[in-house]
Amino acid sequence: MTTIRSPHTFHGGIHPAYHKDLTAGATIRTLPIPARLVVPMSQHLGAPAKPVVKAGDTVKAGQLIGEPSGFIAAAVHAPAGGKVAAIEDTVSAAGRVCLAVVIETDDGAERQTMPALKEWRGVDRKELAARIGEAGVVGMGGAGFPTHVKLSPPSDKPIDTVILNGAECEPYLTSDHRMMVERAQEIRDGAEIIRHVLGAKCLRVAIEDNKPEAIETMEKAFDAMDGDVAVVVLKTSYPQGSEKQQIYSVTGREVPRGKLPMDVGCVVENVSTACAVWDAVVNGEPLTRRVVSVTGDAVTEPSNLLVPCGTLYADLVAACGGVKGKAAKVISGGPMMGFAVGSLEVPVSKTTSGLLLLSADKLTCFTSQACISCGRCVDACPMRLIPSALSQFIEADDIESAEGVALMDCIECGSCAFVCPARRPLVQHMRRGKAAVMAQRAAAKSV
Amino acid sequence: MDPIITSTLCVGGIGLVSAAALAVAEKYLSIKEDPRIDSVTEMLPGANCGGCGYAGCADYARKIVEENIELTLCAPGGPDCANAIAEFLGRAAGAVEKRVALVLCCGDNTEAVRRSAYNGIADCAAAQATAGGDKACAYGCLGYGSCARACPANAIAMVNGIAKIDKSRCIACGKCVGVCPRNLIKLVPAAAETHVLCSSKDKGPAVKKVCGTGCIGCRICTKFADEGAIVMDGFLAVVDYTKRLTNDEVVAKCPGHCIRKDDAGNKETAAAS
Repeated sequence: MTTIRSPHTFHGGIHPAYHKDLTAGATIRTLPIPARLVVPMSQHLGAPAKPVVKAGDTVKAGQLIGEPSGFIAAAVHAPAGGKVAAIEDTVSAAGRVCLAVVIETDDGAERQTMPALKEWRGVDRKELAARIGEAGVVGMGGAGFPTHVKLSPPSDKPIDTVILNGAECEPYLTSDHRMMVERAQEIRDGAEIIRHVLGAKCLRVAIEDNKPEAIETMEKAFDAMDGDVAVVVLKTSYPQGSEKQQIYSVTGREVPRGKLPMDVGCVVENVSTACAVWDAVVNGEPLTRRVVSVTGDAVTEPSNLLVPCGTLYADLVAACGGVKGKAAKVISGGPMMGFAVGSLEVPVSKTTSGLLLLSADKLTCFTSQACISCGRCVDACPMRLIPSALSQFIEADDIESAEGVALMDCIECGSCAFVCPARRPLVQHMRRGKAAVMAQRAAAKSV
Repeated sequence: MDPIITSTLCVGGIGLVSAAALAVAEKYLSIKEDPRIDSVTEMLPGANCGGCGYAGCADYARKIVEENIELTLCAPGGPDCANAIAEFLGRAAGAVEKRVALVLCCGDNTEAVRRSAYNGIADCAAAQATAGGDKACAYGCLGYGSCARACPANAIAMVNGIAKIDKSRCIACGKCVGVCPRNLIKLVPAAAETHVLCSSKDKGPAVKKVCGTGCIGCRICTKFADEGAIVMDGFLAVVDYTKRLTNDEVVAKCPGHCIRKDDAGNKETAAAS
């Protein structure tokens, strides 16, 4: 095992204030199971899961409650035992309406798990990938891409490098950081399983250089691991945790436009995902819990909480001593890529890495002005796009032209809006444009 | 030979040959177009709104003449236009019912609660995509004017945070219907004057919490309205526009103040009438 200081970093990017000290030292606390859980059927990228229970049913913790419909989909399990109170629509943090199974929990300690595969080294790779899929493991970094799909690349795309993403470049959030410090061994074992499933030669643990504590624990944990293993220390820069940017920083390979990491022989998995993979394989535990950083200057006691998926944001805030003063803005996720939410009646999903409550002091409301063509967004864009042109096309409802200048390559990282001196809501324009393109494509498909 | 004569002969020769070629082409290659298509195009209003479902007035005219489709699809033209074309083509016009667009929400900024501040792009779809919109009611008009910008007839105005459609200007092209992210706009018969201006499918108490002018599902209107003219869709009263609703009593009786007559302004005037 070696430690490498990455010689390169991606184009563009920004340096926001990180504010990680609020929770970086806070040990993960386990939240008691709340009385009511609202478990969304869409906690991942792809088709929502189909509920397989009905109102009135009794469920055990770990029982399958939503089965995947399609390949790019993930199973959903009951985070706790209890009675299904209802199956109703809920609004996700991203503002999308989806079905959710509402569970009134009891204190039944009975858990339903899958058979543990302690001797996973002797198990067929396909079977391991299938198990990870059955356990409903998805990318826990934010996008929620089903992990078993990433772990089943086509045979003509050999994977030589697995990158464990511990960059956590998003300001305020510390859930991955705490996982690396406290669950190093589990992450290491999960990473080994991932490497085994993919048959990859190299394993790289990517961490930004502003987390020395995590670098140290990861170095220790991976020390005895055989093969080509290294901890790669990356320059602190946003969005270092974004898949394509990180692949470049770690390996020097660029993912071509419209291609996937597997086209350059890489698979990137979040550190928390690795821990979930370990849990799914070695303990047969489905993914039903995650660590959420509840932070911001409007939280009485900022904490890192281990919570069941389906816990309402209101319960998280209550567990952290409630709101300090008055929260002016609530964001699900981090300040750069998170979603502003309109109420605290939103459930935690497998991809919720943080909940941010900001007071009015921390907020500045800007008035958007016309683009002054300064080009700062072009310099900042890690995808080498032209956000100024894109936003103007979208404003003029010329979606076709926007698509022509690579609208769909936008990763919505927010670097452009962060640097824009005219304070244009560039990411919102992009999101709107992308939604319009997706709607057009869906319409073309249905005809 | 004198260059003047040479060039004259050359150019003149080319002219003659081309003229002959054109004459031949005119005779053998010409495409016969029904002259009636042009005439019918002239009779249509020329708004090119696409409300008929075809790519503009000329395309609709072609379909009328060549494929004998209905004459009643042009909303801006209305019955007069259909009758004129029918007379010209010697066909029966059929009944045209003039329709207008209607926003099925009356929860303006005075009556409906906004649960959060939204300071993003002034566009309804963008607002809807941000945490599901800033209006506490998940069904109501967001008021960022996407329909008004889509309207080719300038018939939609944003009044106190809600879209209002000017019946006299609406050409029923249906453009606004497509852009509303909450599907609040419907095309209804222009003759209908009384409407239920609410789309909330929530139960009464939930509606009352977020809006002063919402349908609470009390069913009083179904008792006072003419037989079957107002029906219940879950907890929401819906006007059945195939029936005639003539009874004005429903307007005064509605405890949610969301059944209104056209041009009857706010709560007070609605209650007074």
